[in-house]
Amino acid sequence: MEKSNNTQSRRSFLKVSSITGGGMMIGFSWLANLIPHEAIAGATATKDWIELTGFIKIFPDNRITILSPNPEFGQNVITSLPMLIAEELEVDWKKIKVEQGDYDTPRFKRQFTGGSQAMRMAWKPLRTAGATARFMLLQAAANEWDVPLAELTASNAVVTHKASNRTITYGALATAAAKLTAPANITLKKSGEFSLIGTPQKNVEGSKIVVGKSLFTMDYKQEGMLIAMAIHPTAFGMKLKSFDASEALKMPGIKDVFEIQVYKDGYVKAGFDTRTFNNLVVVVGNTTWEVMNARKKVVIQWESFEAYKEFSGMGNNKREDTIPAGLESTESHMKQMYEMQKKPGKVLRKDGDPEAAFAKAKKIMEKTYSAPFLPHNTMEPISCFAHITEDKALFVAPIQIPDMMKQSITANLGITADKIDMKLARMGGGFGRRAYGHYIVEAGLISQKMKAPIKLIYTREDDMSNGVYRPSYMVTYKAAIDENKNVTAIHVKGGGIPENAIHENRFPAGAFENYLAEGWDIPTNITIGAFRAPRSNFIASAEQSFLDELAEAIGKDPIDYRIELLKKAKANPVGKNNEYDAERYIGVLELVKKKSDWGNPKNKTVKRGVAAYFCHNSYAAHVVDLTMKDGQPVVQNVVSALDCGVVVNPEGAKNMIEGAIVDGIGNVLFGGLRFEKGVPIQKNFNQYRMIRMKEAPKKIDIYFVQNNIDPTGLGEPPFPPIFAAFANALYKATGKRHYHQPFINALNKS
Amino acid sequence: MIQLNINNKVYEVDASADMPLLWAIRDLVGLTGTKFGCGIAQCGACTVHVNGTPVRSCSFPVGAAAGKMITTIEGVNEKIGEAVKKAWIELQVPQCGYCQSGQIMSATALLKSKPHPTDADIDAAMQGNLCRCGTYQRIRSAIHRAAEMI
Repeated sequence: MEKSNNTQSRRSFLKVSSITGGGMMIGFSWLANLIPHEAIAGATATKDWIELTGFIKIFPDNRITILSPNPEFGQNVITSLPMLIAEELEVDWKKIKVEQGDYDTPRFKRQFTGGSQAMRMAWKPLRTAGATARFMLLQAAANEWDVPLAELTASNAVVTHKASNRTITYGALATAAAKLTAPANITLKKSGEFSLIGTPQKNVEGSKIVVGKSLFTMDYKQEGMLIAMAIHPTAFGMKLKSFDASEALKMPGIKDVFEIQVYKDGYVKAGFDTRTFNNLVVVVGNTTWEVMNARKKVVIQWESFEAYKEFSGMGNNKREDTIPAGLESTESHMKQMYEMQKKPGKVLRKDGDPEAAFAKAKKIMEKTYSAPFLPHNTMEPISCFAHITEDKALFVAPIQIPDMMKQSITANLGITADKIDMKLARMGGGFGRRAYGHYIVEAGLISQKMKAPIKLIYTREDDMSNGVYRPSYMVTYKAAIDENKNVTAIHVKGGGIPENAIHENRFPAGAFENYLAEGWDIPTNITIGAFRAPRSNFIASAEQSFLDELAEAIGKDPIDYRIELLKKAKANPVGKNNEYDAERYIGVLELVKKKSDWGNPKNKTVKRGVAAYFCHNSYAAHVVDLTMKDGQPVVQNVVSALDCGVVVNPEGAKNMIEGAIVDGIGNVLFGGLRFEKGVPIQKNFNQYRMIRMKEAPKKIDIYFVQNNIDPTGLGEPPFPPIFAAFANALYKATGKRHYHQPFINALNKS
Repeated sequence: MIQLNINNKVYEVDASADMPLLWAIRDLVGLTGTKFGCGIAQCGACTVHVNGTPVRSCSFPVGAAAGKMITTIEGVNEKIGEAVKKAWIELQVPQCGYCQSGQIMSATALLKSKPHPTDADIDAAMQGNLCRCGTYQRIRSAIHRAAEMI
């Protein structure tokens, strides 16, 4: 049995409150969509449920609602996190209602969508919440019947005393249970005892999605709500000089046109306050179309800015960056990166004597890889609702880490944290983009100016040209090969704009006696942010392509060669800081080898490529099978092996892995934002190519390594290795290696 | 005033004739299942049926929709549409879900014209609907599944 210590939890995690105010959540027509049962029950102004542990609402008629703490952007934690609670609570999952929790991090402790950490971080706390509530309900029954708790069992939200043949529902026990003290220690089920965890469960919001219910911020409305759009500079390196709104103000339905400054002068940015276009021209009107038309009539002068200093950081971790002036272009970026590759970089890690090994090498293999800036292109463009009044700041926001916005909201809107009331709308995609909530501040400022409820909407063009991109990267891998075709040293050197992507302590570090990693970075005024598996999504593509080419150069099978290196790293690891578990790495490679019939594929017409990677605490390996048709690759099949520990909801997990595969193939083949004179050239989907139905893999087969390791992430880990698995298959199909993303550029030239 | 017949209900909307049907549906009528994705008929999130044909409502002037039968995701309830929605749930298609209204509208229109589409038919009919989450293969399977159910 796994013991969970509640003495600490009680202070730091569990809030065992009795009755909470219920009425405040009701009355929004939009929220009625989220919690239909309460609307049906007519629970309007009065609370009629009992809350246990902060996550569970129990109604007298034994209906039970579980609150999902984390913002949902398609990873389906709104299903899998409540499953953890339900497992221990002993309820019938089919009868459970799930609600998205509002922003209330003191209550939920963790409301963080990002870094593939949701399941890992919730695994114990949420099961503890469920188990604690169950214990309290059992204790309430024991008190009621005056029998020992040990004689009671709980199942399907009913407590049974077998000896006296009595039963009582959770609903009948909840009031008494809520008055009890949470137990100091609680015993959690061990893995063999799960009945819900590990079973495929359907998305709790699926039935709402397919009928077009209003779940998204874009869909939110309120009486008297105005629509706002913000115009940002046309180029990075430019700022607002002046504007003339006289014509725009004459347009029908237009209420006002004004300037906002997002961050106040001297504001020290917190972790997820991305640098943004700070001075915007805002157009506010009655309807979206009217605002779209009027914004075209605003005459704006932009001007270039001088280099400036920016301050960021939290606590003692203060940072000062100089933001360069100038209008940058993709061409100049490439030149700059190649220049940096010629100079010595900052040594990130050095094992053995790589210089000597390279000096003695019979052959040196050296390959350079690059990748462009990527916009997130979430299908729902950026939007945010705000209504700031004297006593409340109401937001409906698509935001991955709401608590990280608290400082920004309070400092830049001049309101106190206790006034923030934030509803966490389902996000139409996130991928890292919605970790950066500058748009919440923007919406708040607009509402303050208009003294009205407003919804800020970005058009696709606004969204794609607004920044917060995946950085552009370059890396060179070098291998020293001796006369016996042994690889005697590895040298990796690379950087990016504005950050390097090298994880110097990840594989193949640890597998080579002589290893050198060097990095550099180039400042930019183009804004960047996290993008599904930051840094890993590039470095894996390069590293795993290089290892493939290296295996070929020394005459080894690419899977066997990786396993050979990993076995070496497991038996005699070089260096002390290796981040990965070589055995689990080997596990996914062996599984994918077996499941793909690697040595003897069933379909002889396909060309195959493999890659594996470790990031965000999980291990992933893919085998891609492709054929060429009219000079374009067609992915026939992908076989994937994942080790993320216990899989809580295999249905949701598989969907997310499939998505990562499709997304990765799309980005390696088509993804890339080009810049000329600071201007992002592509602004919409007619210019920016995204993967579509016919380019998607025809088939994907997913396998999990079966173990009892506590679960780790899945949103990101399968993403980085698909780039290289695709690249390696493409090489087999075309005889040509591709080093520079997106590959479509070279494919279309050949 | 422009008269719109949406999901067999008549709405009078006060819009200029050039307003895209999308914004009339979302802002004026108040049905928000039809999504805004790109505004230039490239992503398919705004797909509705006009007289049974799938159109990108973001690029279809409301004036041209007057007097025609408009169906949005909220009004997909005949046999084929119900089968599509059922298949979408059965095969757990959505991830974030934002594009799925448009995907379902395109899929429904496809099955109306071709009750048993091939993969190539699906590729052609669904090519205009983007999904950044990458649910394409589930969409493909769900269309085949819906075809079986009809």
